[in-house]
Amino acid sequence: MSLLHVVGFGLKVGHLLWVPCCLIVSFIYLNWFNCNLGINHNHNCSNNNKWKMGFLGDYDGKVWLNNWWEKNLGNTCKQYYYKYKMLRRSWWRKLWHAYVVFWIVISSSRFLHMSSEATEKRKESLVSLCDERARMLQDQFNVSMNHIQAMSILISTFHHAMDPSAIDQKTFARYTERTAFERPLTSGVAYAVRVLHSEREQFEKQQGWTIKRMDTLEQNPVQEDDFALEALEPSPIQEEYAPVIFAQETIKHVISVDVLSGKEDQENVLRARESGKGVLTAPFRLLKTNRLGVILTFAVYKKELPSNATPDERIQATDGYLGGVFDIESLVEKLLQQLASKQSVIVNVYDTTNHTDPIAMYGSDVLGDEFYHVSTLNFGDPFRKHEMHCRFKQKPPWPWEAIHSSVGMLVIAVLIGYILYATVNRMFISEDNYNEQMELKKRAQAADVAKSQFLATVSHEIRTPMNGVLGMLNMLMDTDLDVTQQEYVRTAQGSGKALVSLINEVLDQAKIDSGKLELEAVVFDLRAILDDVLLLFSEKSQGKGVELAVYVSDEVPEQLIGDPGRFRQIITNLMGNSIKFTEKGHIFVTIHLVEEVVHSIEVEPQSTSKDTLSGYPVADIRRSWEGFKAFSQEGPLGSFSSPSSELVNLIVSVEDTGVGIPLEAQSRIFTPFMQVDPSISRKHGGTGIGLSISKCLVGRMNGEIGFVSIPNIGSTFTFTAVFTNGSPNSKEGRSQPINNQPHLASSEFHGTNALVIDPRPIRAKVSRYHLQRLDIRVELVSDLDQGLSLITNGNSPISIVFIEQEVWDRDSSISSHFVNNTRKVDPPKLFILVNSNSSFRASSVNSGDPFPVVITKPLKASMLAVTLQRAMGVGNRGNTRNVELPSLSLHHLLRGRRILVVDDNSVNRTVAAGALKKYGADVVCISSGKDAVAKLNPPHQFDACFMDIQMPEMDGFEATRRIRELEASMDGDGNNSKLHVPILAMTADVMQATNEECLKTGMDGYVSKPFEAEQLYREVSRFFPPS
Amino acid sequence: MDVLQLQRKLREHQAAMLREGFLDDQFSQLQKLQDESSPDFVIEVVKMFFDDSEKLLNNMTRALGQVPVDFKQVDAHVHQYKGSSASVGAARVKNVCATFRNFCETQNLEGCVRCLQQLQNEYSLLKNNLQYLFRLQEQIQAAGGSIPTIE
Repeated sequence: MSLLHVVGFGLKVGHLLWVPCCLIVSFIYLNWFNCNLGINHNHNCSNNNKWKMGFLGDYDGKVWLNNWWEKNLGNTCKQYYYKYKMLRRSWWRKLWHAYVVFWIVISSSRFLHMSSEATEKRKESLVSLCDERARMLQDQFNVSMNHIQAMSILISTFHHAMDPSAIDQKTFARYTERTAFERPLTSGVAYAVRVLHSEREQFEKQQGWTIKRMDTLEQNPVQEDDFALEALEPSPIQEEYAPVIFAQETIKHVISVDVLSGKEDQENVLRARESGKGVLTAPFRLLKTNRLGVILTFAVYKKELPSNATPDERIQATDGYLGGVFDIESLVEKLLQQLASKQSVIVNVYDTTNHTDPIAMYGSDVLGDEFYHVSTLNFGDPFRKHEMHCRFKQKPPWPWEAIHSSVGMLVIAVLIGYILYATVNRMFISEDNYNEQMELKKRAQAADVAKSQFLATVSHEIRTPMNGVLGMLNMLMDTDLDVTQQEYVRTAQGSGKALVSLINEVLDQAKIDSGKLELEAVVFDLRAILDDVLLLFSEKSQGKGVELAVYVSDEVPEQLIGDPGRFRQIITNLMGNSIKFTEKGHIFVTIHLVEEVVHSIEVEPQSTSKDTLSGYPVADIRRSWEGFKAFSQEGPLGSFSSPSSELVNLIVSVEDTGVGIPLEAQSRIFTPFMQVDPSISRKHGGTGIGLSISKCLVGRMNGEIGFVSIPNIGSTFTFTAVFTNGSPNSKEGRSQPINNQPHLASSEFHGTNALVIDPRPIRAKVSRYHLQRLDIRVELVSDLDQGLSLITNGNSPISIVFIEQEVWDRDSSISSHFVNNTRKVDPPKLFILVNSNSSFRASSVNSGDPFPVVITKPLKASMLAVTLQRAMGVGNRGNTRNVELPSLSLHHLLRGRRILVVDDNSVNRTVAAGALKKYGADVVCISSGKDAVAKLNPPHQFDACFMDIQMPEMDGFEATRRIRELEASMDGDGNNSKLHVPILAMTADVMQATNEECLKTGMDGYVSKPFEAEQLYREVSRFFPPS
Repeated sequence: MDVLQLQRKLREHQAAMLREGFLDDQFSQLQKLQDESSPDFVIEVVKMFFDDSEKLLNNMTRALGQVPVDFKQVDAHVHQYKGSSASVGAARVKNVCATFRNFCETQNLEGCVRCLQQLQNEYSLLKNNLQYLFRLQEQIQAAGGSIPTIE
């Protein structure tokens, strides 16, 4: 029970301790890393430690330890971090030892305390036991004594005061026998009368026996058996005698014995008659029974004496002596029998009248507990002193309670301490691990940086010689070569270009991997970008006879803010893939707002598979975005249900009628370097990372990419992207000169009506889209007859007619009929839309009629505008070439532009200026960043600036920053696109001045030194609309 | 000497210079930049390059002679030289410059000195070759022929 109690207490205490322990440990843990992050935090850390110490060591040494801890740690931390760590660790170990020792001390002191308490308790119980016994013994003794006293009065009354005496031996014996219960402690009572020597003879005669002496008896104690009264000698002559005349039956043998002759008795008798009180003898062996006993003696007086009578008066008045024999041994034993716990206590009774030699009255010498208690006994005789000694029979039991509680406490405390210690150790270990991992991480990062650096360097290093190779091949092409040689050279050049683009892709992938890819946020025109992309692929598509078309919904804003380059990269990649795998049919790019598409899902019925651009079946576009999260989230409208005015969600689809992707390969097409199967790369080239890069880029534009592909029917890739609305009606847009090239001729054709004759609604829609961009009103009809009726009967005069090639070719008679009939009215201009030049020529040669203008698809607003201008203005001039040479367009872009070239190196400056002049630009050269700032302080007439980056005094970045500041300060009303002069960095080192770095300082781009025509064109075309 | 022969000689010489790496594609690009509006463009640029080279080489020699050597200063000169050599297409000079810059970065004085000597060598070789080239061109022009483009 007590054990349970102790354990329960221990658990409770343990729990109470545990909760703050947990708190503190977690707190320490939280702070731990802070501490380790830097030596600066050490103050903090040691404070923390101080607290911890305070908690653990709530003993006297606490303050000292704290001070020491703080001081020592503080200093050491600052000096040697590692040494500090080791020190701290060893201190934790020492602390742990101190803690254990501390708790050992606590628990042992508790043990001592508890065991001493137990002893005390035992002592108390012994004292109470002892006192109880003593009191009872005393009480019983007193009862007996009183009775004997009463008997003395009886004798005085009935023996001495009556003549003749009313009592004889027989009466006395009977009376005493019957009243023995009143005197439980006496074994016998006897009465001795006082006889003077003079009266001896008469007395002896009267009694019939002689007075016998007792001392011999005392000297030679005899056994009960041979005890014979007759053997006693008669008493010698004395002054007076006190022979026993009456005795209780039990001690009848003492009758006639002179009590005064016994030494003990004599003393007793004399004292009794002097004091008039009951007097006790020292314990002695009783006659006959030979047991220890004492005799109580009362004197019997002739008359009643006053309480202040002198001893002499008392002696004179003495008549006799009444004695009671107390058999102490048996009496005490009897008494103890009646009491509880008699077994456990050993009782000894001593007569201690003589202090130096106490006489044992009762008790054996059995060994017991060494501890005993002494109680004084008062038997009514002031002369005699008695004591009772009590002791426990058993040795004190083991203090189990104390042992359990202290051991339990120690165990709990040590456990808690160990938990703490283990936690701290664990923290040290995790700290080590952390440091180690930080080290590894650093190394890994370094390796990663090295990798990117390596990639960039290597790719740069490859690019440079590749440019040499390409340049030489270019030159070789211009020499006299036979057909085979030319073929070889062209192949080599193609491979070289592929290699360069591959390197660029790898660079992109490396950038994405290292998270360095950042998107720009500039204003751009989506439609213009698509026109560019079309231009890029038009040659290829025409060569293959694949129809290429772009349709952008009217809902899409003119100006968007985002990263045009990356957007273009995605589109280019998807279209590149499509054109690679498509041999017939079409490739169709559509751009809508997500909201439109989502609504159309509900509104439009499933369109038939025949209704496509080229008439070939296509994969169902809807299935390509099935996986998009944004669509599937909350119903069909998803997260696009509330279009915000700022954000523009575009959905772009690239649909082709190519070979499609085999089903088993569809799952891994977005994995880098995965291709459908290895033979593809041999057949079509490519690295297989294009799609993975596209996916990353789409992800960066907060969009998703998906596809559907049916083998031998085609694939449709769809992606969404989020841009910001950059149209003028929305208030903000980043300052950037905008490439607004498609609007060059829009006003010219305002109000013109056009007719498109095309049996396929989708294709007609594409044509209408491009014409509408030129501000031309468009009517759509599906065949020539309808067209004719519309022209002749229509309300508004139709000045331009576009006829799809297949309509024109279907029946030449209808065509000529159509032409002839249109001539009657104000003849509209006729344009034939063809897929590729070669396919049309054959059929149109023999038409004989005034040749309608042929427009080769893909349609592009700018190209349409030029063609229309020529056709309307100058008249028919046959089909125009719409494929421009890059250097020619550079000419277009740069002609007449005023350009500032900043380079400290005169050679570089001259070469750059020469190159720009070659393209018709008006070049001013200066040699320092400072001059550049001065020159470009608005207002100025420069259209652009090419700036070297590494210059003494003020480098290109700094100069740009200043120029931008100037522009910003000049530009009060927020319309700063006018003042913003494009600044392009010139750099020889791709890695050193990456695009991002240039952009950060306010530059608009960079070109590598020495100039490469293509790159120059790409950068410059972003700022200058072709003139 | 007749013009055709001269022209062939010029072509061969130029091809040899390209082959041996004295010049690279950039030089041909330069020649393309030369037209009626700037007939002496290449010569102008190259002369500029010569002046620049001599100045920079002197600067480098002086900078390397100082105690202690200010490698940053040397590196700046080499960087400049690398830029101008890249612009005219002096490939070998440019390559030596790249090595030179590495030595500057590691503060290897011995390497730098060696590179400087190499640079001087390369430069004089290049200069001789180019001067010969220009002489040939002059002769052709004097003989009334046209300078063949470098395809």
